[in-house]
Amino acid sequence: MKSVDIALDAQRSGRFTALKAWLYRHNTGGRLSTLLLFIPPALMVFTLLVILPIAESGVYSFYRWNGFIALSESGRWVGWQNYQFILQDPVFHRAVWNTTKIVLISLLIQLPLAMMLALSIASKSSINSLFRLVYFLPFILADVVAGLIWRFIYDGNFGLVAAITQMFGLDPFYPLADRAWAFNAILVVVVWKYFGYHMMIYIAGLQSVPNDLVEAARLDGASRLQIIFRIKLPLIMPAIKLSVFFSVIGALQFFEMAMPLVTAGGPSGSAHTIVTYLYEFGIVRSRIGFGSAVAVVLFLACAVFAFFYQRFVMARSSS
Amino acid sequence: MLKLKHLLVSTCAGALLAISSAQLVAQETVTVLHNQQDQFIRDTWDEIRRDFEAQNPNIKVQLDFMDDDAMKARLPTLLQSNAKPHLYWSFGGGDFRVRAESGLLADITDKADGLRAKIGEGAMSAFEVNGRLYGAPYRLAQVGFWYNKSLFEQAGVRSEDIETWDDFLDVVTTLKNAGITPIAAGGAERWPLHFYWTYLAMRIGGQELFDSILADEARFDNEYYIRAGQELQRLADLEPFQAGYRGTVYNEAAGVFGNERAAIHLMGEWDIGVQTSESESGEGVSGDNLGYFNFPMVEGGLGDPSATLGGVDGWAFTSGNGTDAAVSWLEFFLAPEQQRKLAAAGIIIPVANGAAEAVEDPHMQQIAENIANSSWHQVFWDQALGADVGGVINDISAELFAGEITPEQAVRRVQQAWDFR
Repeated sequence: MKSVDIALDAQRSGRFTALKAWLYRHNTGGRLSTLLLFIPPALMVFTLLVILPIAESGVYSFYRWNGFIALSESGRWVGWQNYQFILQDPVFHRAVWNTTKIVLISLLIQLPLAMMLALSIASKSSINSLFRLVYFLPFILADVVAGLIWRFIYDGNFGLVAAITQMFGLDPFYPLADRAWAFNAILVVVVWKYFGYHMMIYIAGLQSVPNDLVEAARLDGASRLQIIFRIKLPLIMPAIKLSVFFSVIGALQFFEMAMPLVTAGGPSGSAHTIVTYLYEFGIVRSRIGFGSAVAVVLFLACAVFAFFYQRFVMARSSS
Repeated sequence: MLKLKHLLVSTCAGALLAISSAQLVAQETVTVLHNQQDQFIRDTWDEIRRDFEAQNPNIKVQLDFMDDDAMKARLPTLLQSNAKPHLYWSFGGGDFRVRAESGLLADITDKADGLRAKIGEGAMSAFEVNGRLYGAPYRLAQVGFWYNKSLFEQAGVRSEDIETWDDFLDVVTTLKNAGITPIAAGGAERWPLHFYWTYLAMRIGGQELFDSILADEARFDNEYYIRAGQELQRLADLEPFQAGYRGTVYNEAAGVFGNERAAIHLMGEWDIGVQTSESESGEGVSGDNLGYFNFPMVEGGLGDPSATLGGVDGWAFTSGNGTDAAVSWLEFFLAPEQQRKLAAAGIIIPVANGAAEAVEDPHMQQIAENIANSSWHQVFWDQALGADVGGVINDISAELFAGEITPEQAVRRVQQAWDFR
């Protein structure tokens, strides 16, 4: 054996021992094997079903494409035109404003209402269980069913609204046919449908508040309001932050309930939300490119919100 | 338990029988998909299917049905899958053209001599794209004014006096003054409103305008289309519709008419059935009480007042499925004898040569005559332009009625969508 070969051999075996040492250090308890075995399938599924579609819709959003045959054959590159059109479209502005309205109504009416109810029926008793069930009932209904029920309620000829107008001898009123009212009517349904859900989150939080803290405060002479604002609310802050997060994301995704309530976004599209807008103008009218552009805008809004909320609001509570 | 056993045995026996018979005769199956909901019509079709199978023992026809929305939603993916039917129900028009040009349909031009011999050229041309044939028509439809004769009498107006658009507006005013809601409209769905704008544009601009728009030789923002919007708004100013019409879907509007709560409904002849079934009494505006008049001419308009707006709908062959068996089924199904049978039952206004005489219902007869005498049968404009631009036309018709947009802005918005199609 030549000396060069010996040196190479030594280097090789040295490398091998180094690898062994590295493996020994990093694969304690089979951690690395687990990673190598279990990550690829999950990553593959995630990439195929989540990342790839998102990336694809990003690509589609620059095309005029009806979605019937391959993009390469029937798509037409239009650059930023889809985005330009979205940003100039008054119906889209309305949809964004409506979505914002859901957030505002959630924060200003729905969540405070849920909190008030939660505070009053959080303690365990059989009558409270009954109330909890009653308040939670609307949430159990499927969204589409709730929408259909409220369509009947809002009917100006035969519905509850008709009964009220007749009782007071007023002219028939058709909330869903009125440009100014259609979306407000939907907001009522939103509050009715989801307050019970947030109430349940708060009740779960309130029940975990230690009783001795409350008792100690009471002994120190704290009033009921002081107990609520100084003890209970700060202690269930994580639950509140979570429910705010849910209601904002819920508003951004709001879709199923609006569909049976108003046809194609209501009068002049005045009751569109971002997602019903996407559905009507992207899917119903087979404009996959345009719909994808709306989806990209929506995705960005969701991602930016989720990122900042996680980073600046949720994170603080865990520290 | 006994029943279950029985069922199992009979299913097995049936399966065996099916397998053995399949081995005896090489059977070919033709699958057909339609959105037909009416049981009576389905049964009538089924009779025709049995007759066909009796004459063609080696072809089996399978009629499948879906409801309209489900079919609309599933079709785009279905057409690209292996589970697609041989034939499916389709309008001629924008979507049909796109699908044909996308290669989703089968070209049957070379097998169509039998079909062409039985069906008129005009209706057939609705299923031609760039000179090639991808389907065949089944029936005709026309939109016109249906009215309630007793309500007209009550207000002291006569449909015979309506010759021009101005006359029509006068009748609407008189009805309104008599405390009768003049017109029922399904404003929430919008397409019922586009009939007004399109008919006005047809009467004012004429066939040449429509043909040159489709050929990209004319634009929507022209004086004719703008005037159509102005005339529409003259009607809108009279507030002719039932209260809350913007939240009313088509079926509910048919109910308003069927319950005699409005005097007029601008709709296709299918409304005869729908307003009946949607009415509380189940009778609707029936028999002699139901009247019909054509969309009136507009003074100074270029359009021929005999021109009709309506539909031609029929069957499209999916790609790879323009088989001889499928064609021969359609030849049989669309043959004058079958069409006459369907026409006599009041189910369709037929497309087959000579079958129109079999129509017995006087209202259907009138529609068949209108189409036969019309110099130009325009396919539903929102269908002809495709889902995309058609949707815009519908939206804007509704906004014109609500007075939220001027006629000038309206045509500009449509043109913008048309340019970007």
